[in-house]
Amino acid sequence: MNGISPMSDQNKNELIERLRDKSQWVWEQTLKIHRRSPETRVASSLSPIEIFVVLYYGGLLKQDPTEPLWPGRDRCVISKGHGSLCMYPVLADLGFFSMSELEKVCEAGSFLGGIPDPVIPGYETVNGSLGHGVGVASGMALALKRRRQEQHVYVVTGDGELHEGSNWEAFMFAAQHELNNLTVIVDNNQISMLGPTDTIVSHRDLGKKLEAFGWETMTVHDGHNVSELYETLSSSRVRGSPLMIIANTKKGHRVPGLENADLSHVTAIKPELIDELLGELT
Amino acid sequence: MSAELKPRAMRDTFLQSLHALMADDPEIFFVSGDFGSPVLDQIRSDYPDRFLNVGIAEQNLINVTAGLALEGFTVFAYAIAPFLTMRCFEQIRVSLGLLSEVRPMNVNLVGVGAGYSYVVSGPTHQCYEDITLMRSLPNMRVISVSDQVLAATMPVVASQCLGPKYFRLDAQVLPVIYEGELETVSDGFHYHRKGKDACLLATGYMVHTAKTVAELLAKEGIEVGVVDIFDLSNFDTKKFNLTLSTYNNIVTMEEGFSGRGGLDSLMFDYLRRSGIEINLLNIGVEGGYRFEIGAREVLHEQVGIGVQAVVRKVKKLLEK
Repeated sequence: MNGISPMSDQNKNELIERLRDKSQWVWEQTLKIHRRSPETRVASSLSPIEIFVVLYYGGLLKQDPTEPLWPGRDRCVISKGHGSLCMYPVLADLGFFSMSELEKVCEAGSFLGGIPDPVIPGYETVNGSLGHGVGVASGMALALKRRRQEQHVYVVTGDGELHEGSNWEAFMFAAQHELNNLTVIVDNNQISMLGPTDTIVSHRDLGKKLEAFGWETMTVHDGHNVSELYETLSSSRVRGSPLMIIANTKKGHRVPGLENADLSHVTAIKPELIDELLGELT
Repeated sequence: MSAELKPRAMRDTFLQSLHALMADDPEIFFVSGDFGSPVLDQIRSDYPDRFLNVGIAEQNLINVTAGLALEGFTVFAYAIAPFLTMRCFEQIRVSLGLLSEVRPMNVNLVGVGAGYSYVVSGPTHQCYEDITLMRSLPNMRVISVSDQVLAATMPVVASQCLGPKYFRLDAQVLPVIYEGELETVSDGFHYHRKGKDACLLATGYMVHTAKTVAELLAKEGIEVGVVDIFDLSNFDTKKFNLTLSTYNNIVTMEEGFSGRGGLDSLMFDYLRRSGIEINLLNIGVEGGYRFEIGAREVLHEQVGIGVQAVVRKVKKLLEK
């Protein structure tokens, strides 16, 4: 069992408070990165912030920043390409690399590009091309099971990315092999590059589809609510099937004009607005 | 020795060697894209924990292979060649090619059905573009096998070298052309027959054609050499250049589209970079896709790579 030890109410309240603070800090840092490097796609990096914060700061993911490929780590396959820039401050803060690297995103010589690559300590796979994460993670999960290792494999994917058929090959595969050490978290912001996914190719009821495929599913109604995310993610991992957690989020979260805007994916935030947003907070 | 060998499919001798290796190496994992062989049945019954059939799903075949390799397994991914190399090309590029630059992995694509070897199945199952595609990936080692003896040596090569590799196997049972121990495997090529007028530089099935052509031309007093180049990414250039040095004419022969980046392009680039000035004739599949059904030899004549076509082209080259 790789579950979470029971926690007193007070400890849990303190943890939730800390997760809220971290989420706020990561949101600010992500905007600062975008302020320095406006070529970054920021909207899709604002929707999964709380998901990553709860995973990495909530004690759910066993990792060792001093040894990113430590064999005893839980694997986190971040599949959503440039929609995970918010991981840069998280990884720097945890000690995977120096905080000063955050000043150099997209600069010549930096290993922190507009799209994260596995040259970055803490990244497991190549993510810039969408739809690879679930399949590669399924192979990792199967290997761990065959070796009778207890580490868990998480995937964080966008919902637009699920248009790629390779995901669905992997969904069938993971269920067939009862990969109960695999959890796919969908950053369900419901907008891809050219608009709402429902108007492009609708997933309709994603959860029902996955259940029909043989997966267990859970829904986080507000994927920006760290308390709800924590409760869901920390519930027992002991299951018979792979698990999909659909976290409903908002693309461009908390940025006026960007939040839930159809074309937010390709919209840069004006520097003055970022200054104003960050200034309001100080 | 070769006379004593029962002709077998390349995949069976390859898999038999692999089966033996799996007994000693618990890190070898086999993944099939719902594609079999009698020998494969032995692998899946003897090593069920290291066998997997992903079904008819090549994209997932490659991504699962990558995941297994990231966890330290030496993985063999096995399917019909055109589907293995083309349906999932981007998975190969991203999850094997790109990723293995950062995370060392040992992954081996084993494709069955080189060239026209699925004779009656038509162009979906035939494979004339795979060498071009696989060699376009800078870290993919491409090995094009010509007979069952050579095929049997390949699992050891695969298990000993990191990185992504593609093994191109024929689907038909072909005559044995290698005898005894193969000391030249590490050279990446084998000098089968010496000649003086021209050297036929062939790969895969075309080595068989080249041998026949050499015999026919010898009857007319034309002496052509035959080289089997099987490791298209890693041959011993010193020995190779020495072999070519006695010739004024080279003829590349491949069961793939002509002028589309296959063996012809490889040799053209290689000779130019090496500063070797020599007449070069490229023989490959001419024209586009075709749907004719017929014996492999007949199809080969239609597209300009059959024995008679090669004889004509070589004679014309030497007349100049």
